[in-house]
Amino acid sequence: MAVTVVPDAPPERGTRRSPKAGRDRRLGRNQLWVWLFLTPTVVLYGVYTVYPILASYWYSFVEWNGFDADKTWVGLANYRAVLADPLFWNSFKITVLFMVAVVPLKVLLTLLLALVLNSPKLPMRTLFRTAFFLPVVTTTAIVGVVMQFVFDPASGPVNTLLRELGLVADGINFLGDPKTALWTVVSVYIWKWFGVTLIYWLAALQTVPDEVYEAAAIDGAGPWKLLRHVTLPLLKPFAVIITLLTLESTLKVFDLMLTMTNGGPFYATEVVEIYIYRWAFAASVPQLGFASAAAVVFGLFVGLVGLLQLAGIRAARKTRSAR
Amino acid sequence: MSTADEVLPARRRTGNRRRPGNNKWSGARLVRRLPWWFAAAVIAIGGLLWIYPFLWMVGASLKNPLEVFTAGLSLLPEKAEWGNYSRAWSDAGFGKYLINTVIVTVTTVVLVVLRCAMAGYVLARQSFFGKKVVMVILIATLFVPTGYTIIPVVEISQQLGLLNSLSGMVLALAGGAHVASILLYLGYFRQLPRELEESAVIDGAGFFSIFARIMLPLANPVTATVTLLTFLGTWNAFFLPLVFSFSRPDLRTLSVGMLAFVGENSTDWSGMAAAASISLLPVVALFVLLQRYFVEGIAGAVKS
Repeated sequence: MAVTVVPDAPPERGTRRSPKAGRDRRLGRNQLWVWLFLTPTVVLYGVYTVYPILASYWYSFVEWNGFDADKTWVGLANYRAVLADPLFWNSFKITVLFMVAVVPLKVLLTLLLALVLNSPKLPMRTLFRTAFFLPVVTTTAIVGVVMQFVFDPASGPVNTLLRELGLVADGINFLGDPKTALWTVVSVYIWKWFGVTLIYWLAALQTVPDEVYEAAAIDGAGPWKLLRHVTLPLLKPFAVIITLLTLESTLKVFDLMLTMTNGGPFYATEVVEIYIYRWAFAASVPQLGFASAAAVVFGLFVGLVGLLQLAGIRAARKTRSAR
Repeated sequence: MSTADEVLPARRRTGNRRRPGNNKWSGARLVRRLPWWFAAAVIAIGGLLWIYPFLWMVGASLKNPLEVFTAGLSLLPEKAEWGNYSRAWSDAGFGKYLINTVIVTVTTVVLVVLRCAMAGYVLARQSFFGKKVVMVILIATLFVPTGYTIIPVVEISQQLGLLNSLSGMVLALAGGAHVASILLYLGYFRQLPRELEESAVIDGAGFFSIFARIMLPLANPVTATVTLLTFLGTWNAFFLPLVFSFSRPDLRTLSVGMLAFVGENSTDWSGMAAAASISLLPVVALFVLLQRYFVEGIAGAVKS
């Protein structure tokens, strides 16, 4: 890649308090080792992440079906086409809607459960933790397929239960109806990834020092006051990080969406990644330039979310160190 | 499973348990604990509902196809139909898919651990020209979704002649992302004392042996975390393996094979359940065995 081995480069200034000559010579010799150690990452990461990011920009300016070698320069035409496509905005809207629906539900529900599971007084808490974490380790694509059957309108267990309870006469077509499909995926997604956020909260709760609780208890604080005035304030910096991690992970709902609904019915669950996939790989004549333009627009949005995340973490660090 | 208390130690139980006259089964204590037993019962019901889809799936994999339709919520089959498994294992190729998945996952994990440990080590402990550039690029690309990079990755793999091969799949899986793993190693190595390397240098150890004999063994907790997170991510990977095996069905991994199986045999419900069970049982068994490390790993990743 662009980086080359620089054996005699001076060591960074200010990192050593007394730059002794011997040490400098050793550092110089180390440069070779340093770049040898970085080579696997520089090469692999360069080929499979950095280059693709840059190449996406280039592809987004050409018309190209992926079969022929020739790519025709079309300037901004792909972007114009993407931004004019109501289905792109539909997929964008669904991605954001999915995020807005999942994040608060997941973050708050897992916090509630973590507070209960964290108490040493609760019997069998290890077993519970295992049960709630189990869906996390399972393969998303397979869960997606299994859920198609679980929510089947004719004989899936969910509809069977609803019928036996007398709540519905005919089965609800959870995944076949545009009105319910997205919400069904939302609930399965929360179910699938609930355990991760739960473990995040449990890890955060472990950082609250015992002494704080003991001191508050001596001052006569009951469990409710302990929660309101001790636990929750101490969790605040973690809340920012956990919310942002959850938010960012919802952008990767591709596997579950594709296997459960394939973006349907009538594009009701088509998130941006499925939109890209449809134009780049699932179409009979792939439109790689067009798909790349959509990917770049999506990438800018993800970058924005990432910036928000870094800013949030920095703010959280500040509140923590200010205490 | 009693080990999770060591993993996420509960707040130290203080004082009153040891107090004389307050023995474990005293009436007052039982009454005080009653709300907690009630909470445990509520959560137990929730937990059972939580894992019900898995139980239902394993049950369905042993039913005959008609029974899957008619038996509704019941979990146990009237008569175990092991034929579903042999159908999925050999006819639908899930034996082959399992082998592919194991090969891809193991090699990816090894590659990721090695390259991330090496990169994390030099970024944490060495000063060199270009370090800032490397760091900025890594941080800037921390959250790139697969859907964004997939088109060029396929294109370049094709040009390198790696598109329809397991090695191409492994390289793409091990090469993309994993910035978080590098940062985990970096954070861990940075807090180790400098004297470690200095005294090793005096003892005549070279750069590589310092890393391989001293630093890497010290970083075992991070290696465990990175191994498990990468393992989970790769075993469950879908987008890349799907694209890399479009024209080579024999290279499918379990998750891709599952989708193809449903596409081709949309009526074979019990076969589908058997295939899903074959795909999920190894990783679930592994999880139950290593439960404590999984939880510890993910908790450790968020704490740092």
